[in-house]
Amino acid sequence: MLNTIWFALWGLLWAVYFALDGFDFGAGILHPFVAKDDLQRRMVINTIGPVWDGNEVWLITAGGATFAAFPTTYAYMFSYLYTPLFLILASLILRGVSFEFRGKIESEGWKKFWDAVIFLFSFLPALLFGVAFGNIFEGLPMDANGYHGTLFSLLNPYGLLTGIFFVLMFLEHGALWLSFKASNSVAENSRSVAKKIWPLLLIVAVLFLIYTKFATHLYDNYFAHPVWFIVPAIAVLSLLLIRVFISKESYAKAFFASLVEIITVVFTGIVGLYPNLIPSSIDPQYNLTIFNSSSSQYTLKVMLIVAVIFVPIVIAYQIWAHLLFKNAITKEDLTDEEVETY
Amino acid sequence: MDAVALARLQFALTALFHFIFVPLTLGLSFLVAIMETAYVKTGNEDYLRMTKFFGKLFLINFALGLVTGITLEFEFGMNWARYSKFVGDIFGAPLAIEATLAFFLESTFLGVWIFGWKKVSKKMHAISMWLVAFGTNISALWILIANAWMQHPVGYVLRNGRAEFVNFWAAALQPYAILKFLHTITAGYVVGSFFVMGISAYHLLKNQEVELFKKSFKIGAYFGLFAALAVFFIGDMHAAEVAKTQPTKLAAMESIWETKKGAPMYLFLIPDEKHEKNIVELFGIPKMLSVLAYHDPNATVKGLKAFPKDDRPPVTITFVSFRTMVGLGTLFVLLTLFAFYLIKKDKLIDKKWFLRLMVLAIPLPYLANEFGWIVAEVGRQPWIVYGLMKTADATSTAVSPAQIIMTIGGFVLLYSVLGFIDIYLLIKYARQLPEKIGK
Repeated sequence: MLNTIWFALWGLLWAVYFALDGFDFGAGILHPFVAKDDLQRRMVINTIGPVWDGNEVWLITAGGATFAAFPTTYAYMFSYLYTPLFLILASLILRGVSFEFRGKIESEGWKKFWDAVIFLFSFLPALLFGVAFGNIFEGLPMDANGYHGTLFSLLNPYGLLTGIFFVLMFLEHGALWLSFKASNSVAENSRSVAKKIWPLLLIVAVLFLIYTKFATHLYDNYFAHPVWFIVPAIAVLSLLLIRVFISKESYAKAFFASLVEIITVVFTGIVGLYPNLIPSSIDPQYNLTIFNSSSSQYTLKVMLIVAVIFVPIVIAYQIWAHLLFKNAITKEDLTDEEVETY
Repeated sequence: MDAVALARLQFALTALFHFIFVPLTLGLSFLVAIMETAYVKTGNEDYLRMTKFFGKLFLINFALGLVTGITLEFEFGMNWARYSKFVGDIFGAPLAIEATLAFFLESTFLGVWIFGWKKVSKKMHAISMWLVAFGTNISALWILIANAWMQHPVGYVLRNGRAEFVNFWAAALQPYAILKFLHTITAGYVVGSFFVMGISAYHLLKNQEVELFKKSFKIGAYFGLFAALAVFFIGDMHAAEVAKTQPTKLAAMESIWETKKGAPMYLFLIPDEKHEKNIVELFGIPKMLSVLAYHDPNATVKGLKAFPKDDRPPVTITFVSFRTMVGLGTLFVLLTLFAFYLIKKDKLIDKKWFLRLMVLAIPLPYLANEFGWIVAEVGRQPWIVYGLMKTADATSTAVSPAQIIMTIGGFVLLYSVLGFIDIYLLIKYARQLPEKIGK
């Protein structure tokens, strides 16, 4: 039971991470396109400024929880996916410091350099996280002799499709975020991007659902227990709702639909994986499951107590912080000398 | 080099680089919170300008501390998979708790602090920085509980081919963990104090914003005196705990080869690892080592020769690092005492030589912190978990030396560039004057 609870929490941490850092990534990728001058770019960065750091902690927590609850999976996942993880790490480092460094020297070249860094290293982890999860859904080539894949074997068609799917989800998510968090032309541009990306996202989402049937065993669980089809159904429904809310010009609602969509898309994979954390693509005997790769019951219990007490507190103050900065950023905010901005 | 040596090199590089930024974050967060509280209490705008001035430096430093921390979490799985598998039951929990209890607090309220000047009340704004400071310090607590377990494993059994928790509190509250935590955070407070004192001294020497920087120097000096004394006495207790739990580390710290009852301490010695002796031993204080290590003049101190060669840590590095750290720690007590005296006598700005010395002293606490980590980690070798698992058995089997070399190259390149920019920005903003309020 504890193992299953931790499996659900493990999935939830990754899903929340993608739902939160997803709009950061989207805004980071979009900022050179929806913002034309320095002031507009600062506007984009300031919409995510107060929260990106807290969003990224969900990744650290997801990593820490994997280590604590499923140490064997943590050990194999991180050493097998060595090179892509290094690239993700380097991207997150460069992206993180770019927000802090960008505004610290008044020079056009300096700012343009960090803008390029923000663009590139928001795109790369978005893609690589998708590729990594696509490969986890498919299973990794592992058996008694360890891992037999390479960086290039990860870049298989299904992995790449999942990568593109993630990028499009995050682009839509980021565009919707900016539609109501930015103002004036930046918001206008973002709204039109959100409209243009939506049909692409729909097509890729459908392709993903179909291809998943052929590339993975995820549907086995669904056919065994059809009630779980509710999860992908909510994902599809919320994807459609995004378009409805865009038509009604309710961008905040569209953003929440997108948030739900990302969480349920991740859970579509998580439900299909159960009870595996990482299946083996060559021999099911070597699947990493929630039973053969978990911590002791004692550790799972201690961790659950900590999570039950503290995660609600964390969510409460993160919501408080989001509400504090709920208003759209205006040009006046950026020119006020007494307010810190990036 | 083989995969073990490369993985160790990579961990040493990334951990020592991370630890350039962390101690300042530990200390400066409290100092900025104190400055802002002084502003809220007195309404004196000097304190507000000081808060913003040192706050900006805090943020420049914080960014790199944060991003380089993620590296370390990933690295356990990437390079040390066998270790992660063996101790994950125990080691993963404090890491996950650290993120849940500390990192969220730190990052969320830092966002509020940076962008919330007009969104929350003055009081709430100051509270935000206190929460950031507490978050940072709680984070240090949990990572050091994890580290202390590697130094002195308790509360576990060996089962299913790994170490499994049987008593969480035994590991979380063991004296080794608490002393290591207190020693490390107070060492961070010293870094923060010398940073504030040094930068204040720089501006006092230039005769600019004298009133403001006298105040900030005073805050730094009082906090620094408390911190330097605390590091010193807690360090002494911590060393006694090491003597009890890690005899090989203690022997290496003092370069003791022969087991002796009532062991003396030599103020100056040169170790010769190859011949298992010291080339020079000068100025011995009789029975001093027994007193320091066991608080008993006749206690027996085990020498390195009492342990198999394969179980001894590298002696010279451990010894030199320990001596340098202790020497610097003593210097910090003297400097902060003198600063305290000058402030009491109101003679601070007359003593130009002392102000110059304090500017030059900014890097010294950083060095002491790094040497402290070298003592802790090199002194633990050849064990990754003391007495339980050898470092050589802990690496990932799926990772080739070529892959590690590639990522070491990547980290060295990335960290050098970012480190250079960061230090450039710190110096640039430290030299500027605090901004005027309400133009």
